[in-house]
Amino acid sequence: MTTLGKKGSRRGLAAAYPTWFYLPAAIIFGVLFLFPTFASLFFSLTRWTLFQYSFIGLANFRQFFSEPFLVWGLVNTLIYAVVTSGSKVVLGMLLGILLTSNVMVRGLLRAIVFFPVLVSTIGVGITFTMLMHPTNGLINDVVAVFGLKGPAWLTDPRFALMSVAFVDVWKGVGLATVIYIAGIVSIPAEYYEAAKMDGANALQRFWNITLPLARPATVTVIILSLIGGLRSFDLIWAMTKGGPGFTTDVVASVIYKQYQAGFYGLSTAGNVVLFVLVAAIVVPLSFALNRKEVEA
Amino acid sequence: MSHAISRRLLVAAAAGSALALSFASSAYAEVKLSFLVDNAPATVKASEALAAAFHAKNPDITIEVESRAAGGEGDNIVKTRLATGEMTDVFMYNAGSLFHALNPQQNMLDLTDEPYQSDIMDIFKSVVSESGHVYGAPFQTAMGGGVFYNKKVYAALGLQVPKTWADFMKNNETIKAKGGVTPVIQTFKDTWTSQLFMLGDFYNVLQAVPDFPQKYTANQIKYATTPAALRGFEHQAEVFKAGLLNEDFGSASYDDGLRMVSKGEGAHYPMLTFAIGNINENYKDYINDVGFFALPGDDAAKNGLTAWMANGIYGYAQTEHPDEVKKFIAFVASKEGCDTQTQAVGAIGPYMTKSCTLPADVPPAVKDLVAYFAEGGKNAPALEFLSPVKGPALEQITVEIGSGIRAPLDGAKLYDDDVRKQALQLGLPGWE
Repeated sequence: MTTLGKKGSRRGLAAAYPTWFYLPAAIIFGVLFLFPTFASLFFSLTRWTLFQYSFIGLANFRQFFSEPFLVWGLVNTLIYAVVTSGSKVVLGMLLGILLTSNVMVRGLLRAIVFFPVLVSTIGVGITFTMLMHPTNGLINDVVAVFGLKGPAWLTDPRFALMSVAFVDVWKGVGLATVIYIAGIVSIPAEYYEAAKMDGANALQRFWNITLPLARPATVTVIILSLIGGLRSFDLIWAMTKGGPGFTTDVVASVIYKQYQAGFYGLSTAGNVVLFVLVAAIVVPLSFALNRKEVEA
Repeated sequence: MSHAISRRLLVAAAAGSALALSFASSAYAEVKLSFLVDNAPATVKASEALAAAFHAKNPDITIEVESRAAGGEGDNIVKTRLATGEMTDVFMYNAGSLFHALNPQQNMLDLTDEPYQSDIMDIFKSVVSESGHVYGAPFQTAMGGGVFYNKKVYAALGLQVPKTWADFMKNNETIKAKGGVTPVIQTFKDTWTSQLFMLGDFYNVLQAVPDFPQKYTANQIKYATTPAALRGFEHQAEVFKAGLLNEDFGSASYDDGLRMVSKGEGAHYPMLTFAIGNINENYKDYINDVGFFALPGDDAAKNGLTAWMANGIYGYAQTEHPDEVKKFIAFVASKEGCDTQTQAVGAIGPYMTKSCTLPADVPPAVKDLVAYFAEGGKNAPALEFLSPVKGPALEQITVEIGSGIRAPLDGAKLYDDDVRKQALQLGLPGWE
């Protein structure tokens, strides 16, 4: 109570509105965010059939971590997140530079690179599933023109995860590009002029001006795409459903399948784990990247 | 220590349900019943025919058919709607292990004392009952799990329907040697289709280990350590290794499989016989080219079929019109109901109502199927009707085994781990 009183007095000074004014938002927040969060923490400790539950302590977490597919799913999640995030940084940067140059119909090109972002993920997934069909997909038809035999992109375990990652990058690189365009445009032209006078070549200008000064954009792209990659689900589900077998399972699809099987407590525990995992990776990363930015 | 969750709390918690205000029957004398079925074309067609026929007989009751996804997604929809108090008045769902997971005593109307029960086969009643009460009536027909084969391919090569696994593989080699026709069709885009080699082999398991279901439910026997039970997984691996599959087995869909076996692009397609309805729908011209046989085991003398019971039709416990619901269910389970279904989708298999009969001119695959149910025919229920334990990851495991990603023994072990979760969730003794 004492802390509340202290806080209350501080709030009294800073608050711009009377307490009742906050009430509607507070109720919405409580019902739609606070309650579900704590309810899910609670149900993750139960065996839950939707009709009834029994409290089983941490058994769900033990079960979840002993899932044979979970380790596989975790590895896949990390590979997927790093590959897509890394590709989006590199490609987004290159496309950003191209689209801030004096290239023809720049506006149109910028729009085109952004189009895939606007298309529904499920739609993209289904389209690429057809394009990547091993015997009558367009991609392997094109490969066949060169006298080669394309692999089963989505059903060969060696290629499946990378095939989906490729589509993810294609779909998501537009957003990274736009962020980079904004970052690059905001770099003052004087730096480049000065560097040119000092005889710096194109590569040196990129390395010493664009790259460091576009750092905020890089940080944003890495964090956004890494979070997206870690919790990616929709595209993988639309294209492979985690298959063939378990080979493209990620943490989110493992959780979804547990939910589908009616293991509601277990899948809730999985969501708690995923939340902790994303936080454990992204919070320190964001901290580190932002601190360097301040130092720089 | 188990707590029942108050329905009101759950409803309050589910944000969506707050919006779903009941716009139920505004009419006075007329009663509208909603009827939830899966979205297989044959199911929807049969359901709509039943709704229309029932309405013609009872003009004051209208049945509205609603469809949902099939498979795991459908299970979820049904469970969620039951838990949030939003189930339709009448719904179709599996009998057997999946039925028990719905908590029938809390969620379904008790149909034990309905007059038509004496006309329903006991074997069906046993798979829709809990604690001595019957909760379901049969909808659609019983099925077999086995192999569809193309009769034209068989005729052209002079092949005989195999009674042992060795004969089956010999036929496959002959077909492969001739070329042009895929010996065995697999369609892993629809992962559930990958389970037939394993699930359809259960008749053979039961011949070798008659008390397998009881021991399995009690956690006393395992797939990995029972050679007869392991056989199904091994067969699937063998077929892959011998290079008998269609090239696009990983990307082909269930419908591709039906097309291939109907048109003779492939010779064998392991499948459940409800697919006859889909063949009838999509490849009607070829329906007479398709035959059916049970998955063969090691011994020709013990050849028999793994049978799937008909689906159940259930009444929702919270319905506002229990009498009308029971009336509709009685109609579906009656001879008239069977005939309505036969008229709508053709004869697909044997009905579970004793007074129901099939027309004389059924397609060959149905004739082959019915023979296993007739006098002298041999069949046994699939494991899911004898034990509530069924692991949810089986279809992924069989995809891996069938694609050569995982060895059969390894897959069987994985499946044994997988079913443990289901057993714990159901609170079965002997698994903690």
